[in-house]
Formats: sequence, C-alpha cells, structure tokens
Amino acid sequence: MKIAMIVNSKSVSREVSDNTLLVEYIRDHLRLTGTHVGCDTSQCGACVVHVDGQAIKSCTMLAASAEGATVTTVEGLAKSKDDLHPMQVAFKENHGLQCGFCTPGMIMTATDMVARYQAQGKEITEDAIRHELEGNICRCTGYHNIVKSIADGASKMTTV
Amino acid sequence: MSEGIGARVLRKEDKRFITGKGRYTDDIVEANQAYAAFVRSPHAHARIIAIDTSAAMAIEGVETVLMGPELVADGIGNIICGWGVTSKDGSAMNMGAWSALATDKVRYVGDAVAIVVADSKSIAKLAAEAVVVTYEELPVVVGSFQALAKGAPQLHDNAPGNLIFDWEIGDLAPTDAALATAAHVTEMDITNNRLAPNPMEPRSAIATFNEAEDHYTLYTTSQNPHVARLVLSAFYNVAPEHKLRVIAPDVGGGFGSKIYIYPEEIACLWAAMKSGRSIKWTSDRTEAFLTDAHGRDHVSTAKIGFDKDGMIVGLKVDTKANLGAYMSLFSSAVPTYLYATLLSGQYNIANIYCNVQAVYTNTVPVDAYRGAGRPEACYVIERLMETAAREMGMDPSELRAKNFVTSFPHQTPVIMAYDSGDFAANQKQAQDAADVAGFAARKAEAASRGKLRGLGYSNYIEACGIAPSAAVGSLGAGVGLWESAEVRVNPVGTIEILTGSHSHGQGHETTFAQIVAERFGLPTENIQIVHGDTDKVQFGMGTYGSRSGAVGMSAIVKAMDKVEAKVKKIAAHVLEAGEDDIVIEGGAVKVAGTDKQMLWHEVGLAAYTAHNIPAGMEPGLKESAFYDPTNFTFPAGCYICEVEVDPDTGVTEVVQFVASDDFGTIINPMIVEGQVHGGIAQGIGQAMLENVVYDDAGQQLSASYMDYTMPRADDLPNYSVHHASTTCPGNPLGMKGCGEAGAIGSPPAVINAITDAIGNNNLSMPATPAAVWTALQDVRSKLAAE
Repeated sequence: MKIAMIVNSKSVSREVSDNTLLVEYIRDHLRLTGTHVGCDTSQCGACVVHVDGQAIKSCTMLAASAEGATVTTVEGLAKSKDDLHPMQVAFKENHGLQCGFCTPGMIMTATDMVARYQAQGKEITEDAIRHELEGNICRCTGYHNIVKSIADGASKMTTV
Repeated sequence: MSEGIGARVLRKEDKRFITGKGRYTDDIVEANQAYAAFVRSPHAHARIIAIDTSAAMAIEGVETVLMGPELVADGIGNIICGWGVTSKDGSAMNMGAWSALATDKVRYVGDAVAIVVADSKSIAKLAAEAVVVTYEELPVVVGSFQALAKGAPQLHDNAPGNLIFDWEIGDLAPTDAALATAAHVTEMDITNNRLAPNPMEPRSAIATFNEAEDHYTLYTTSQNPHVARLVLSAFYNVAPEHKLRVIAPDVGGGFGSKIYIYPEEIACLWAAMKSGRSIKWTSDRTEAFLTDAHGRDHVSTAKIGFDKDGMIVGLKVDTKANLGAYMSLFSSAVPTYLYATLLSGQYNIANIYCNVQAVYTNTVPVDAYRGAGRPEACYVIERLMETAAREMGMDPSELRAKNFVTSFPHQTPVIMAYDSGDFAANQKQAQDAADVAGFAARKAEAASRGKLRGLGYSNYIEACGIAPSAAVGSLGAGVGLWESAEVRVNPVGTIEILTGSHSHGQGHETTFAQIVAERFGLPTENIQIVHGDTDKVQFGMGTYGSRSGAVGMSAIVKAMDKVEAKVKKIAAHVLEAGEDDIVIEGGAVKVAGTDKQMLWHEVGLAAYTAHNIPAGMEPGLKESAFYDPTNFTFPAGCYICEVEVDPDTGVTEVVQFVASDDFGTIINPMIVEGQVHGGIAQGIGQAMLENVVYDDAGQQLSASYMDYTMPRADDLPNYSVHHASTTCPGNPLGMKGCGEAGAIGSPPAVINAITDAIGNNNLSMPATPAAVWTALQDVRSKLAAE
C-alpha cells in the first residue's frame, strides 16, 4: 500500500507492505537512520519520534496509522541544518550521551516532556524528569547527565 | 591551554549522535542487500535428529538455508576460548566443541542451528520459523552445583562431570593454618548473580563477499575489529587476514559483550560466500538475551580470619563459576586471573588461597562483562570486611583502614603487584563527601518517618591496563595485549591519529585528541581520531578492561615521541639551530631563547615537500608505535552508599551514593565522571534490579525488557563523584583506567548499606523489594521468637 505523510517538513510517499511499522518506514524506506530500535517490547524508547506533536514509540505504530500525519524525527528537530535545537545543545554541553544509541529517543522524549510541562505552566523538577524517562533506557550514562541535560534544555527552551 | 590534559572538553563526536547522523552497523545498507535470520534451539539440551528446510525454501524471497554439517565440511573452524587455564593437577582445560551452527547437539536455548537468507528481514524471520527441526530432548542442568553433582546431564564428552577446569591460586596449607589460629573468622556463602550486558545497540553484522577479488568485508558491532579479523582468519578459517576487512563503525555500547566473535558473524560471512549476497543480520532484544555472552554467575564460600587486633591473617575462597554451554573467547580468564588475583583487595593479607571450578551448564555462555572478575572479587572481600566488622563490633571503615596496604610496590600473594595508591585518602574523601559523621542523625530522622536507613562501604581495587604481553602469555593468554597507534601529520599540519583502541561510547575522539593537543599545542579541531577499520588502522587489540587510556593512549604517546623527534630535526635544520635547542609550544616550533621559529604547519609542509630536510632523512611526517605495558594498573577507591528502606514494602531507595576514585592522571574529568556514573548505575542494577533467571528446563525467564529489570532513571540517584589520585608509575601519562570501577565498586556498597538498614546480613543480589521485605520478616520472626 502507498503511505504518505509529512516527515521533517517534507511530504513523502512510499509503497510499503501493510504490516510496515512506522520505525521501518522511517529507517528502511526513508533512510532516516537516527531513529533506532533497541528492543522488541516498547520499553527502551530509542525509537521515539513525534507524530502530530506527540512523542510516540515508532516501533509500536504501523506506518499506515501515520498516514497523513506530521512526523518529526531527530534529524528534523533543529530549525535548519546549521542549527541545533536547544535540547540537542544541552545534551552535548552536559555530557548527556556516551554511545549515542539511545540519544535520539532521549532527545525526542525530552523535547516532548518539556513542551507538555511548559504548556501546562508546570515546573519540570528533577523527580518529574526521572519519572517521565520511565520509557527510555540508557545503559551508558546512569541517567545523571541526561537528567541534567533535560533540566538545562528545559531552561533554554523557555527562552527560545 | 584549555583543551589539553585535565580540561573538560566537550565531545567532538556528539554532533553526529544528537542530530541522528551516527552510523551504526544496522544503519548501513549494501547493494543487493539480503537479510539473515537464525533458526535457534527452543530446547536447552537436545540431539538434532532431522532438519527439514523444504517449507522454508518454498517461501518466495528465500535465497538459501544453510546448516552446520555443510559449514563444518567447508572447513569453518570451531569457536575457541583464547586463554588456556591449567587445572591444579596440571591438566589442560576441557574445551568442548562449539560450531557456529550446531551439527549434532544443541546445548542452550538460542543455540544456532541454521541460517536463513532472504530478500527481507520479515521473509527471513518467517522462513526461519518454517524450518522444521526434529529434536530428541536430553536432560538439562542450569546451576553450577547441580552440574557438578554425580549423575548430572553431561554437556561435552571431553568434559567429564561438566568440569572445565579445577584451578587454584595461593598456598592452601599456610592459609588453613592461619585461619585455624585466627581470633575471629567470618564465613559467608556469596552469590554473584548472572547478568545480561544489554548495550542499547543490539549486535549486528553485514557480511559481503567480493568473488572477483576473493575478498570479504564485515561490518560488525565489535569492541576490537582487529581481534575479530585475527580470530576469524586464524581459527575459523573464514578468510586469510589480507582478504578480510573488518569495520566496527559507531558501536552503541559494549560492556564486554562485543569483544567476542559470535556464531552469527561467522555464519553471515560464510553464507555471503555461499550465496553471493551481502548479508545483514541484526539481533532483536530477546535474541540478545539468548545469545550475547552473560556476565558473573559465581557461587562462593569464603572465610576470612583476623587476629585479636583485627588484622587479617588469612583468606580462603572456594568458587564455582558457571561458564554456560560453551567456552566463550575469554571466559576462562574471567573467574581466574581477572578474579582471584584481586581477592587481596586493598589489604595486607599474608595468606590467600582460592579454588575455582569452572562448569558447563545448559545456559548462555558467560564471559567478561564490565569489570570481568574484579566485581566478583570485590564483592567477596568487601562483603566479608563489612560483615566481619559487624561481628567484631568494629567500625567497618576502621577495620578496613587498619588493614590497608600503605607502601608500594606491594606484592600480594596472588600475583598482582600494586604499584601505587593512597587508600586512606580515598576513604577520607568519600567519608567527608558523604558526611558520615551526620549519618546517625539522618538515620534517626528517617526512623521518625518509619524508614530504615543504612550505610555501606566498599573499598575496591581492580586491575586494568591489560596487560604486559609476556606476563599474560605465561598465564595462558593466546594473544599479546599491547596497543598500536599511528600519528600522521599532514602537509597542512592537521593530524590524524589512527588507534587500535575502539570507542563505543568512551569519547576517544575527544580525549585522544586532547593528549595530542597538549603535546603539540594545537587545537583539537585540527586532530582527527581514526579507529575501527582494519584497512585503515595497522593493528589493534581493542577496547575492554579499561585499557584505552593506560595502553591505547600510551601507544599514541610513543608515536608522538617519534614525531616530535623528527619535527625537531627538521626545524633545527631549517632554522640552523641545534636539535636540543628546539622547543614545541603553542603550535610553533621554536629555537629556545630566540625569535626564530617555524609554525607547526610549516614543519609539516617542509617534511612533505622535502626540499630542505636533513640529508638522508626520509620525507613525510608519520610515525607508528606499539606499546606493551610493563604492569597492570590499579585503579582503587572508596564508595559509600546510603539507603532508605520502607519496612512495609521492602522498597529501597538509594538516597546517596558517593565515589572517591584514584584513576591516576585524568585527561577529561567530564568524560571520566560519566564513566563512573554509568558504572555505578550498572552496579546498582546488579545489586538491586537485574538478574538472569532460568527455569529447570533451561528456559530463560528474563529474556526481554518486560522481564529483566534494566535500571531506569527513577531507580537511580544522582552520584557524588570525587577524585583523589596518585600517579601510575607504569605508563607515560600516569593513567590507571576508569571504565569499570563504578561497576566493580558499587554492588558491595549497596548490599552493605541495605543489610545495615534491615539488620539482616543474609541478603543476596538483586535486593528486590520482595527480597528485602523477606529478609526483614526473618529478622522480625527471630526477634519475636526471642
């Protein structure tokens, strides 16, 4: 079946089998390989992208379900290719990544959580960040610097 | 000099990772890409009676299904363990045959039986399910004691009683004598739980055979691509080394599990040759639990004796090490030379004896996982010390301090010669940072809220910088453990460093550039680190055992020494000065005390134009070096963990974790702290959350993230990380290594803290809420009975 959507501000359309997962559509068909697969059970969060402004695990959504949707992957997070999103900058400045494999999912989850808290006018505390990261697993950092990165990124996102 | 040694330089590699431009193996697609899936044994122990591939072959898009007997007939060799351990009776270890694809028997759930190659991942998986294997099930054994018991199911014909080796170290008689006369003896049963390493990137391989060139290329998730090439060539006969290129691009974590050469890479290379297709295989997570080498799985009894003043007189340990169904690459070294040699801990112990029996079971092979043997040793000695202090009514930190090694070098009775350290300084720093003095008040305050608060120590020492090649060779290693590097100064003055170390999260592209920046006064942006490709880098032993600093960077230093010597010769010639008067600083090569100088890139250009270099000198500016370490290095430190237990539920929170480490020279504190954070998280994971569980039939009950508790952000605290360092005398930069310390030092600190809180020392890892609650009930029933 033909599936069309907007990915990183570009209209795309691909002929795929009907059981194609969104993550396969993104990685294998669009060749956007920043979105990763780290587990089979929707636990690790390496595959998180934004669909219509909401963070979802792209390993758990059929591409067909995203027909017509607006999708943002880590490659499309920054405003331009010479630019970085403040959350990306925060991860670099706070050493929030080591091997980098979970990082795209972490950043996509982080921007979503901060946007949600800010939209509700709620402060995003360290406890809240740790709780919100329930669905993202990192094996390298022990989370210390990821939590710091997100707090820092959150403060930069308010000033954007 | 803001980018040199000691600077918190932000990582050069980060941009590609935060923008999704990392290049991991599974991101790569070759022309005419085919995909592999493996048919795996659903039984822990069975004989293969028949394999019917007809239904699988009939599926459209299936290229081929290949099996073990054909692989063996093609001359592909068995998978080997590269470290020979000799039993105490002088006999060689009993290595059972391990074919990449099983030929007659399967010995663990997940054992590969056939490889299916197809046009897509989904077709390959579908076809793998359509392969019909008829098995005759055999009796199963999963635990070490059960495997050693009389009448246990036998895994390998050449390993009677499932015994791989029965090894010893130290002197038995004096140790027994010391323990017999000790004023106090503490004896414990100590289990070190089996773990699954779980790097977030699953293993992956892409094998391509170019028939016209008779040449193979393998992209693989490896911590040591040259070792992979060597083993694939010399032992598995896949292709000679000059006909095999191994590339480990961005690798998403390893923790030891990506050291080894697994059946899948071998089968993919062989199948690529057979099928003429480029073959990609990527593990899914359950497959990773079923096939990535596991870690730990020791069961020990340990006895430590003290004189009336609390001085240690002897230590005796008996350990059963479960190595799983087959011997993985370094599996024999982990429970022997990487374990028992560290049992002396930070202490003066005159008499040590350790006996290790390594055992086959119907489980996933066990090999090095972050720390590899040293966490097991640290757990034994640090649980003993804490327990002994409690039994003798002494402060656990004082008992440790009184037994500290204080003069160096210090020869232990178990091979290791500690070269440096200041254990008291680490302990003091940790105690100050943890405000140990204020603990009693915090405990009382917690009690007022109905919580039980406990504090535990762990004073760890470990051995890194593996290793002096002749020394490890004499102990059975099949390889030398040096490292190589090449420094290429380009005609424009920029520098490429080619290193045999491999970064899979450690930040080498930054730290390795920092030591070059420091040496030549150049910005790190002018320095590129090249690694992970056997066609580019001359050779390398790779990254594990926290060796990339102490060994890998030392090789770079040796190559830089040669570059510097040549630079000085060229500058002396051009500037008409004496070589001894030339100094390199701030990106310039100067005649000391004058205003005469050449800029760095002018020297580079002079070397390559060769218009005006000393007579007889070769043009160019490129030097290489191999560095063989002179000793192990000995990172050490003191970790303090403070926990709060909810007695109603057993839920335990780590409320404080303090680390004081001695890593020798630190190149980039930001990166080193990150390594410690990650190590501690894995250690807390082992102590409180993680456990590989098998049922009696050998089925792994914990083979997904639904079942195996990976530490999450809300399971873990922030860490308070400090350094009190002594310089390592054994290598040019004075480095000790920081990659594994966190995982080595933390588990005993956590368990010592929880047992302190609940007043019951009988608690095994992982200390889940259920385990802690149960241990609390035992205390309560005992109290009630009294």
